[in-house]
Amino acid sequence: MKEPKDTRVVVGMSGGVDSSVAALLLKEQGYDVVGIFMKNWDDTDENGVCTATEDYEDVIRVCNQLDIPYYAVNFEKQYWDKVFTYFLDEYKAGRTPNPDVMCNKEIKFKAFLDHALSLGADYLATGHYARVRERDGRVEMLRGVDENKDQTYFLNQLDQEALTKVMFPLGDIPKPEVREIALENGLATAKKKDSTGICFIGERNFKEFLSEYLPAQPGKMETLEGETKGEHDGLMYYTLGQRQGLGIGGAGDPWFVVGKNVSENILYVGQGFDHEALYSDSLIAVDMNWTDNRVPEDSFECTAKFRYRQKDSKVTVHPLTDNRIKVVFHERERAITPGQAVVLYDNEVCLGGATIDEVEKNEEPMQHVG
Amino acid sequence: MEAIYLDHAATTPVHDEVIEAMVPVYREVYGNPSSIHQYGRKARQVLDEARRKVAASIGAGEKEIIFTSGGTEADNLAIFGVTEELGEGHVVTTSIEHHAVLHAVAALEKQGFDVTYVAPEPDGAVTAEAVKEALREDTVLVSVMMVNNETGVRQPVEEIGEALKNHPAYFHSDAVQALGIENIDVRETAVDLLAFSGHKINGPKGIGFLFAREGVPLTPMTYGGEQERKRRAGTENVQAVKGLEKAMEMMEENREEHVAQYENYKKSFLSVLEEEEVSFEVNGQNTTAAIVNISFHNMDVETMLTNFDLEKVAASSGSACTAGSFEPSHVLSAMFPDDPERMRNSIRFSFGAANNETNVKEAARRVASIYRRLNK
Repeated sequence: MKEPKDTRVVVGMSGGVDSSVAALLLKEQGYDVVGIFMKNWDDTDENGVCTATEDYEDVIRVCNQLDIPYYAVNFEKQYWDKVFTYFLDEYKAGRTPNPDVMCNKEIKFKAFLDHALSLGADYLATGHYARVRERDGRVEMLRGVDENKDQTYFLNQLDQEALTKVMFPLGDIPKPEVREIALENGLATAKKKDSTGICFIGERNFKEFLSEYLPAQPGKMETLEGETKGEHDGLMYYTLGQRQGLGIGGAGDPWFVVGKNVSENILYVGQGFDHEALYSDSLIAVDMNWTDNRVPEDSFECTAKFRYRQKDSKVTVHPLTDNRIKVVFHERERAITPGQAVVLYDNEVCLGGATIDEVEKNEEPMQHVG
Repeated sequence: MEAIYLDHAATTPVHDEVIEAMVPVYREVYGNPSSIHQYGRKARQVLDEARRKVAASIGAGEKEIIFTSGGTEADNLAIFGVTEELGEGHVVTTSIEHHAVLHAVAALEKQGFDVTYVAPEPDGAVTAEAVKEALREDTVLVSVMMVNNETGVRQPVEEIGEALKNHPAYFHSDAVQALGIENIDVRETAVDLLAFSGHKINGPKGIGFLFAREGVPLTPMTYGGEQERKRRAGTENVQAVKGLEKAMEMMEENREEHVAQYENYKKSFLSVLEEEEVSFEVNGQNTTAAIVNISFHNMDVETMLTNFDLEKVAASSGSACTAGSFEPSHVLSAMFPDDPERMRNSIRFSFGAANNETNVKEAARRVASIYRRLNK
């Protein structure tokens, strides 16, 4: 094991408080820290203002405070090809993709990791709330101790190639403490607001953003029984279980999105939060990544998350061929959404994850889910 | 690991003698040169003496020197100074000028001037013929730099000056990269306006000067007091002017010796790269001694420059990588419009006072080793 001072750690710095503190902690531990800002998206407006420029300014200020070198690297093309194209394709297919999972898989922990290694780095560190731990010659990924901030859901596609080379300095720290550390050290980003939403959309209106890239095709809103309830603005604007924006009035329980028919451009709606059509008991997921690189042969029980910040659910997992898994729920689940990730856990350890492809009830695919 | 500075075209270390010349001025000569009392006179004395010496070193008259905050301001004063009163007309420049000229000319375009940008040949220089051909009857200003700051390629300023003798247009040249390396004598070169900077010749930052030949009318860009014969308002930067004077004096004494040294550094640098089997090409021909711009095959500027810095070799590229956005060098784009690779893989090394034969070779070895590692 090399001494910290001989160990070069590239920190992916976004100009936010988390990565700033990650860099600070590594510097305090004596590592040879290099800060790198990654530019994946150009949002330069008509006044020539670009959030990346502002964020990079913050990276520069923090790195100068820490007295570490800083650089920038551009992955706009890779991001467009690997993440954004996928994002649009999924929406076109009527699904609800998770670009952050894809960004971590293809950009941050692949292209960016390669870049870090080309700079002689021993490790790549980020400000994610997750932990890594060595066990029997392998590296496990554990949830961050701050349950509220745990980001392993987004990191489910990391495998041993990545995990053996990453550091998550914030994994052991609750978020409020991270802010405190930033404030105590007078970091330039200590009071900066956390970014919210999908990075390339930022604070903008999601619907407006999407309409710039995909033609919206308005169509009929129907109940599963075929009763027309109104018009929808385009299937891509709706996600399963959603209540807002349907504009159906009248008596009784509120209305919810319960499904999509992409080929006929129909949005299915149903009355009541607990509408039967929203409930399923198993799913098939594709592109399963096992964080320890070993595919289990037998079925096993564990817990799973079907969306970020949801409580774990008990499930039984059946490994299938072609990197697919079948996940059977011990209790039925509401609004399982194709395109989102299903992430598996053995207590604190994140076992990996896959993309939800089909949702089933009574062993049959639920056709109306799309 | 010793840090090695190969970015003298960006800026240079300040000579100790320059600092020593400035310190007493900071300490003792704090008067305002415009004041009528002895404190003012003392400062004015420093200013006058510096102006005399600076003027003499380029063969100019004292009245032809206007101290500015640097090269950019000198370029701007020249370009706007001779066009301001006209309001319209035609301007000829090149597509490889420094942004201090290009952006100033672009501002003229917005004001209604017509601009022709002469493109360079693949060797990095514009031809005097091409500049001549671009001339029109209503051409009011021609601006062509002496030495390109990215490639070090010399531009045919003398020839262009000759060609313009029978044309009323004013001839301006950005001489920032030429100073200290090339022989500059305004008695021999038919230019009307020349822009210079102090910090490129081991002087302080924040000081430069414009040579404006007697009779060239200049509208000031700043309004205020009557300093610099009403052409540049604002209290003079007396200490920096003193530093500039000293830097010019030292430059004159050592110029030829330095040029010979830098030529050797360049040769050594390139021969180490060759010995270490780096696959590269030099961009541009007929280059000045201090600058070499190298295209490294199969490489990428961002990754290379980051690696160089981590290995403590300081160099740069004309391409701007601000906040991760890659803006290819306008100079290389103009030289090699059909070779986008070359815009992405070229780096400028520039030699100067911080170098010796040993550290130049050492830098080349580090560059070669990074190249090999990245090229695997």
